[in-house]
Amino acid sequence: MKGGEEWQGDKVVAQTFQEISPADFFYRNREIVGFTNPTRAIFSAIRELVENSLDAAEAIQVPPDIYIRLSQDEESKSSRTYTLRVEDNGSGIPPQQVPLSFGQFLVSSKYKLKQARGTFGLGGTMAILYGQITTNKPVCITSSTGGSRIFKYVLMIDIEKNRPVILDRKVLRNRWKWHGTIVEFHLEGDYSKAMPRILDYLKLTAIVNPYADITFVDPKGRLYRFERKSEEVPPPPVETLPHPHGVDVETLQRIIRSTGCNNMLSFMKEHFHRVGEQTARQFLKSAGIDERMNPKSLRPDEIVDLVRAMKNFKDFLPPDASCLSPIGEELMRTGILKELEPRFTAVSQRKPSAYSGHPFIVEVAIAYGGKVPSRNDITLYRFANKIPLMYDESGDVSWKILRSINWRRYGVSPGMPVAVLVHICSTKIPYKTVGKEIIADIPEISREILNGIREVARRLRRYLTRRKHVEQQRRRLSIFSRYLPKIADFSARLGGLEEMPDINRLYKRQVIFRDYKTGNSYVEGETFNAEGYKTILVIAKNKHESNSVNLRVLGLTGSRWRVLIPEVTLEAGAEFYEMLTKRARLLKVQVKSAVRNKPGTVNVFIDGLSE
Amino acid sequence: MGRSVKKRSVSRREVVLRRLESLGRRFCEQIEKGVFPWIEMKSRSTDNIFYSPELRQYVLGDRVVRRSSRIVRHLRPFTQMVWTAYFVKELIRQRKTSTLRDVYYSAQAYDIFFKDQVESDNIITDLETVTGFPREDLNVFPEERSAVFGDLTIEYTVPGYEGRRLNLTSHPDGLMIGPALTNSRLIRTGADKVIVIEKGAMFTRFIEERVYEKFNAILIYTAGQAPRSTRYFIRRLNQEVGLPVYIFTDADPWGMHIAMVIISGSANAAHLRDLTTPDAKWAGVWASDINSYKLPSEGLSDIDIKRLHELSRDPRYKGELWQREIKTFMKIKKKCELEAFSRYGLTHIVDKYLPERLKELET
Ligand SMILES: Nc1ncnc2c1ncn2[C@@H]1O[C@H](COP(=O)(O)OP(=O)(O)O)[C@@H](O)[C@H]1O
Ligand SMILES: [Mg+2]
Repeated sequence: MKGGEEWQGDKVVAQTFQEISPADFFYRNREIVGFTNPTRAIFSAIRELVENSLDAAEAIQVPPDIYIRLSQDEESKSSRTYTLRVEDNGSGIPPQQVPLSFGQFLVSSKYKLKQARGTFGLGGTMAILYGQITTNKPVCITSSTGGSRIFKYVLMIDIEKNRPVILDRKVLRNRWKWHGTIVEFHLEGDYSKAMPRILDYLKLTAIVNPYADITFVDPKGRLYRFERKSEEVPPPPVETLPHPHGVDVETLQRIIRSTGCNNMLSFMKEHFHRVGEQTARQFLKSAGIDERMNPKSLRPDEIVDLVRAMKNFKDFLPPDASCLSPIGEELMRTGILKELEPRFTAVSQRKPSAYSGHPFIVEVAIAYGGKVPSRNDITLYRFANKIPLMYDESGDVSWKILRSINWRRYGVSPGMPVAVLVHICSTKIPYKTVGKEIIADIPEISREILNGIREVARRLRRYLTRRKHVEQQRRRLSIFSRYLPKIADFSARLGGLEEMPDINRLYKRQVIFRDYKTGNSYVEGETFNAEGYKTILVIAKNKHESNSVNLRVLGLTGSRWRVLIPEVTLEAGAEFYEMLTKRARLLKVQVKSAVRNKPGTVNVFIDGLSE
Repeated sequence: MGRSVKKRSVSRREVVLRRLESLGRRFCEQIEKGVFPWIEMKSRSTDNIFYSPELRQYVLGDRVVRRSSRIVRHLRPFTQMVWTAYFVKELIRQRKTSTLRDVYYSAQAYDIFFKDQVESDNIITDLETVTGFPREDLNVFPEERSAVFGDLTIEYTVPGYEGRRLNLTSHPDGLMIGPALTNSRLIRTGADKVIVIEKGAMFTRFIEERVYEKFNAILIYTAGQAPRSTRYFIRRLNQEVGLPVYIFTDADPWGMHIAMVIISGSANAAHLRDLTTPDAKWAGVWASDINSYKLPSEGLSDIDIKRLHELSRDPRYKGELWQREIKTFMKIKKKCELEAFSRYGLTHIVDKYLPERLKELET
């Protein structure tokens, strides 16, 4: 990002805002958007604001910096009120749009056919409304698009009229070219109950947005940091036209109302995704519609027929998924490694597909060990358009699929720390409810989820089998190390021999490092002569109680040293053992501190067995 | 009328020692050659145990098992066996003896662990199979001791007692049959038979009633199933001294089997020789005695009957007497103990039953 001005003009300001329906409806039906009770409300408020912030930062391709602070207001008799403040470094909101964006329902810059977190233009606004009806206090919004001024609004919502009421407006100098938005308001809630869910939510958000830096200070003053592990912001999704298979009567009517085309051929080509001259002709012919007919002259019943004809026409090209912005295998892996620190993870991005004219991509990951909880059932983490879905898990399609799989076949048994992550991105996520929590069972989507889970589960099985093998070998070697010296000793005594026979030809353990303090760069210990040993096991332990250590193993084949075991990080107290699969004449082990100037303490052995 | 006994060879100890040492050297050589030490021995699994009519005892077949320190599963028992071999070699070298239980406990001092005594007993049996010597030759003895009484003069060979002689009538309670006795030289005896008794009370009664004098017999008390050293001792009396052996047990399948093990050995000791006395005779109490002597009896239990069925199929029980008695048991469905004779007064068994039976068997 070079300076705010470049994008300010043509991207943000050019976004169009529409008003659709009044605020009263949502005031009365707030439970459907997640404001059922004080616990849920506080969770939903944080979630809506965080998602707005992520959207705003991604829109201008900056790695999001989000700061959330929840503090408790003075205690009242019956209820608790909190102040929620969320700051971001996103696009900011053009001043004239601030009151509408937050003080009026169904105003959104996201009414487009594109993948977005928010959808209805009511998330953030609902949070503010909930705050207002529970505390009767205004919201304060500070925002700048990076220009020379910062605008500060104090607003309330006129519920009946669905209109913002501006109580105060200030303009400040933007000396540091800051861009972003700060939203601060009061609301009633129950943090102690909502806490686990909020922390889970932030952790999951951090997994699918590893390029975001999220800080949360809770009412007790505890600080939770979710650090950025990648600078790479995935490209924002692009807008697309609706695919003819996904169009309904209402959408078609709106397009007709606003179109500039005066014949059906250009109308089809202009307003629909993947419809070219030839396809349009074929379609109109099969639907029995004159190419030259003016779309504005279609009668209501003809519009219904047209929608039906579009749905039934088989020769439209399938929707193109290039408008979608999946997380990507690399980023997903980064996020999982960062937040779950698993011993194994596998990620699979499925090929793009479509249902009812809506393109979608499924991404599935599996994680084993580390911070993954050990439960009776596999832990499921669900995501849609990069937001975690936290409620009503058992109604979700992924949950059903997870249950239908015979996990024993993949070497997974109850109580093992296994988590499955499912992310679906689409221009239209098929939510079962307005609450954006449960995804419906669409055959096209469930097929991709099932195949995705199977694929990562197979990779987990491969890992577990190999691990089991390595573990067996380790146990085997430890038995040899215990008994062979005794056999040699007592055989010598039994035979009346002075000297013990040399068992090194059968089994050798060599100490490479003992209580070794690591430095900043790689240091190697004694070399291990590997000739004659069929099974070779490297065993290492990081004995330090807080510092991590990096380790790798090199082998000499021919006249070149090659890396046989690539760098692994050993957390404090962690133990590592791995078998060598490639042969080498000589081996050496290198160790260094994982963090500069913080030495770790390691023990490393190599065991060789001639069988 | 005394009878002298030929000298028993003392070089057996040397043979055992050499056999054990060569085992140790073999393992060392294997290691030096880069080979995981291994050993082969005859399999003792039930499908490799056969009855040999010529030897009149159970023997092991030709199947061989290999114990190799290459195999993780074998490492622990292999180590235990090497240690045990070393341990008994030291016992023999220092002319000391030990018991099964003692071996089990001694292991810990050498950082060798046995789960329980069953495990260490098994390893000793392995070593018996590997070396071909019974544990008594390895100076390891079981705890239970039986006893002997009678006119037999022995000469000790154990350190500190070498050359000392003892007549086995010198102790009114009888003398424990331990390693010192089993390995002693048999010098002279005035007896012309051996009477083996299962029960302690009867053994005491027989001494009190001077049976050894009246019948000119050496009395041996087995304390139930005869320990191997006792069986070995009985065999020596039979083979070295040439005395006939008569065995008295309870009249039930278990008593019958006590006699059988003395005569033909057990499947557990199929890997060993020299523990059986094929010419010994089961002298009673027979099933047929229960009726003919009108002995107080009890009914056979289900387990007794099941055991009788097993025995009837056992190759060792092929003999006419055995089959006849098994059938009688099944028919009368009764059993009785040796002590049952007390019904007719203390001396009935000695004055009536014993002379009749011995006479019957001698002809
Ligand atoms: N932190 C923010 N930075 C920039 N724009 C924002 C921010 N929060 C909200 N907006 C704008 O306000 C609009 C309304 O937000 P919201 O009520 O949450 O609806 P939705 O997110 O569903 O569009 C958004 O579409 C967006 O244009
Ligand atoms: Mg929103």
